[in-house]
Amino acid sequence: MKKFEYTIKDAVGIHARPAGLLVKEAKKYESKIVIEKGEKKAEATKLMAIMAMGVKCNDTVTVTVEGSDEDVAVGQMEAFFNENL
Amino acid sequence: MEILKGKSVYKGIAMGKVCVLKNHSDSVKRYHIDDVEAEILRVNEAKEEAINQLMQLYEKALKEVGEAHAAIFEVHQMMLEDDDYTEAIENTIRTQKINAEYATLTTGENFSQMFASMDDDYMKARAADVKDVSDRLVSVLSGAGNDTMTYDEPVIIIADDLTPSETVQLDKEKILAFATVHGSTNSHTAILARMMNIPALIGVPFDLDSIENGIIAVVDGFNSEVILNPVKEVQEKTAKAIREEKEKLQLLQSLKGKENITLDGRKIDVYANIGSVSDVAYVLENDAGGIGLFRSEFLYLGREDFPTEEEQFSAYKQVAEMMAGKKVIIRTLDIGADKQVDYFNLGKEDNPALGYRAIRICLKQPDIFKTQLRALLRASVYGNISIMYPMIISVEEVLAIKEIVEGVRQELEKDGIPYRIPEQGIMIETPAAVMISDELAQVVDFFSVGTNDLTQYTLALDRQNDKLDDFYNPHHKAILRMLEMIVKNAHAHNTWVGICGELGADITLTEEFIRMGIDELSVSPSMVLKVRKKIRETKIQ
Repeated sequence: MKKFEYTIKDAVGIHARPAGLLVKEAKKYESKIVIEKGEKKAEATKLMAIMAMGVKCNDTVTVTVEGSDEDVAVGQMEAFFNENL
Repeated sequence: MEILKGKSVYKGIAMGKVCVLKNHSDSVKRYHIDDVEAEILRVNEAKEEAINQLMQLYEKALKEVGEAHAAIFEVHQMMLEDDDYTEAIENTIRTQKINAEYATLTTGENFSQMFASMDDDYMKARAADVKDVSDRLVSVLSGAGNDTMTYDEPVIIIADDLTPSETVQLDKEKILAFATVHGSTNSHTAILARMMNIPALIGVPFDLDSIENGIIAVVDGFNSEVILNPVKEVQEKTAKAIREEKEKLQLLQSLKGKENITLDGRKIDVYANIGSVSDVAYVLENDAGGIGLFRSEFLYLGREDFPTEEEQFSAYKQVAEMMAGKKVIIRTLDIGADKQVDYFNLGKEDNPALGYRAIRICLKQPDIFKTQLRALLRASVYGNISIMYPMIISVEEVLAIKEIVEGVRQELEKDGIPYRIPEQGIMIETPAAVMISDELAQVVDFFSVGTNDLTQYTLALDRQNDKLDDFYNPHHKAILRMLEMIVKNAHAHNTWVGICGELGADITLTEEFIRMGIDELSVSPSMVLKVRKKIRETKIQ
């Protein structure tokens, strides 16, 4: 299992469009990718669940990646967060 | 006859048959099914069809209203493909053995409720999107097919509110007016009405169930009322008002293609002010000589995040190309004061008009500014673009801007991206800029006088405060003397001068402006021909 933490810089948090892009990205990997904020968590492949977490600007989320391609996936996901959120 | 009051979002008057838009979801019945798998298959097939429809809508919206408004349909597609949403519909069918339509409807309501209860305004608004998506799926399931609305003759659309997908599907050639129960001045209805220049009212307390399709109605944007089943006299009066509006327009149309020249041969340019790409159609229709003020705020307003360089580039390029070599003066970001955008996180100010706004934001947060400048420099390759900077008070500011522009230029050069350094000018809208206009004229290519702010700052009168209306005198000598001073200083340094504030369209001053030597007047597109008419009737000597 791999994980990283990320603090959201996007002014409105994880809103609809980036959440959609996130889902697309997460679906590329076989690994299970989970996003956590405090007590809330959602699988990165589930759009509405991610949106419902209500992640705002300056919130810190933990992303865990677990599965056969976790080494590649964790790097790609971190790059995705840096670029889009 | 019934008269209902509402809020006008576009002034105009129309009369015609009513078409009431009703929601499919109101008529969905719950019934028991035996073959669960067949029902789930129906959902999956309907989902595919709905996604198809959304892809088409996305393409249509992209062409008609641009990327920023089209993106919503991409999100809708993703919502339809969401695992949790699909599973919830399937589970409802499996456990309750009920029909697909009803399962979709309840699932949609549950998800919509979840968003509506969040403590975040942005997420609250997504409830409407979930509902829109579910309604689409339900209507495909109910065999409504692709719900493109068609009518034999132009109609008045009456609805509760218009969803984004409804607005895009409407056949724009066949709409006389809109009237809705809900919606704000920034709702889709309002935006669409302004774009299409047709009368529209929101907040009209209709009882939708009691209105029959095909009855006659009047939508009067001047008096902010809808009249259902108007009596004969009202119909006649309205027909006359519509005819007069049309005649006025036709009279002006005869001035198209004519020069803006006085009886004794003095010429002046008449350009148009616009606020979005789609307004260009209106500029061309009214035969403006160029765009004197293209407010770039539309790219930033009504969205959740900063527009990307590509989005801006394609908007500017599109306008430059549509104007085919005519001048397009694009004003950089003028956010702040009365124009607030959440994601800028500007915070509350005691004196927003004297606050952190326009060029001040751009100089303090150069990353935002650079993105816009890159887009502008790149788009300049495709047409006759000029850049205009708002709220300038000093020469130092202009020099700081030029330094940033040079930085952007070097970056583009390094990356091998095509660009052009366009003509650059400033808004003169502070008394400070007027007083040092002799110095400013030496560092810029043109001035454009923003008379609204200049008047507010010079007379120390808040524009938003209606108690001050009696004190407000747009023809105050102070303003007219300032204009003379600006022109004198500008022309001494080969800098041209335009007016892009409301005063530019004031035809009682047109003669004086020409006399002063103003080079250009930029007015709302609908005023272009009126100003031309005035110029052509004027004699200076």
